[in-house]
Amino acid sequence: MDIKVNVRVTRGDTYVVDLNGEIDVYTSPKVKDAIGDLIDKGHYNLVINLEKVRYIDSTGLGVLIGGLKRVREHGGTVNLVCTNPQIKKIFDITGLVKIFGIYDDEDAAMKALV
Amino acid sequence: MNQPVENLTHTLGTVELRIPCKAEWVAVARLAAAAVANRLNFSIEDIEDVKLAVAEACTNCIQHAGGQQIQIVCETEPDALTVHVRDFGRGTRPEAIASRDDEPRLGVFLIRSLMDSVEYDAHPEGGTTLVMTKKVSG
Repeated sequence: MDIKVNVRVTRGDTYVVDLNGEIDVYTSPKVKDAIGDLIDKGHYNLVINLEKVRYIDSTGLGVLIGGLKRVREHGGTVNLVCTNPQIKKIFDITGLVKIFGIYDDEDAAMKALV
Repeated sequence: MNQPVENLTHTLGTVELRIPCKAEWVAVARLAAAAVANRLNFSIEDIEDVKLAVAEACTNCIQHAGGQQIQIVCETEPDALTVHVRDFGRGTRPEAIASRDDEPRLGVFLIRSLMDSVEYDAHPEGGTTLVMTKKVSG
């Protein structure tokens, strides 16, 4: 089990974090580091693409919440791309749908940042 | 566990697994639990629920209890799956975790949301067994 993390910049200054795999107690530090690096470099509006994430647990959610808290301190936000029903269900159950912007595609997530 | 595994003859089958109390082994536990759940008439969604609940229970052992190993016992019945997750450390009862750790207990919340019943059994010799049951719906 692993998570692949790819960070890319698009539309000039918006960073997208593509995640591919499973986010759990073992793999979430890798995601935390990637998001933390971007924030440390002053990027406060992020899109995290979960389209290729097959599984996420509370530690993964914790990493996303932590990232969102940090960017909000700087007036930024984190939007998510997610259509996997099982993963959306976890965001629903935990009430995180009210905290994160969750979009069906990257374009919508990018537009909502503006 | 209050009930030794060999006495669980009324169940369709019991699967026991011990993993090191380390993050890299949680995937083995959740996949094993999902494989057992797959033997019953659970929907894919219910199997995913079991998988996540078992992973959260193991993660709690790692993050809050410590100890060397985690024991996972899956008891199958015609209409339900009961999973026992035992730590051999400081225990994982939510109130004990709350007294030691200020982090939000999202994992416990998820377990309670995804499973039909959840109970904790503290052992006098140390550690806790979390017993959770998922019923086959429909």
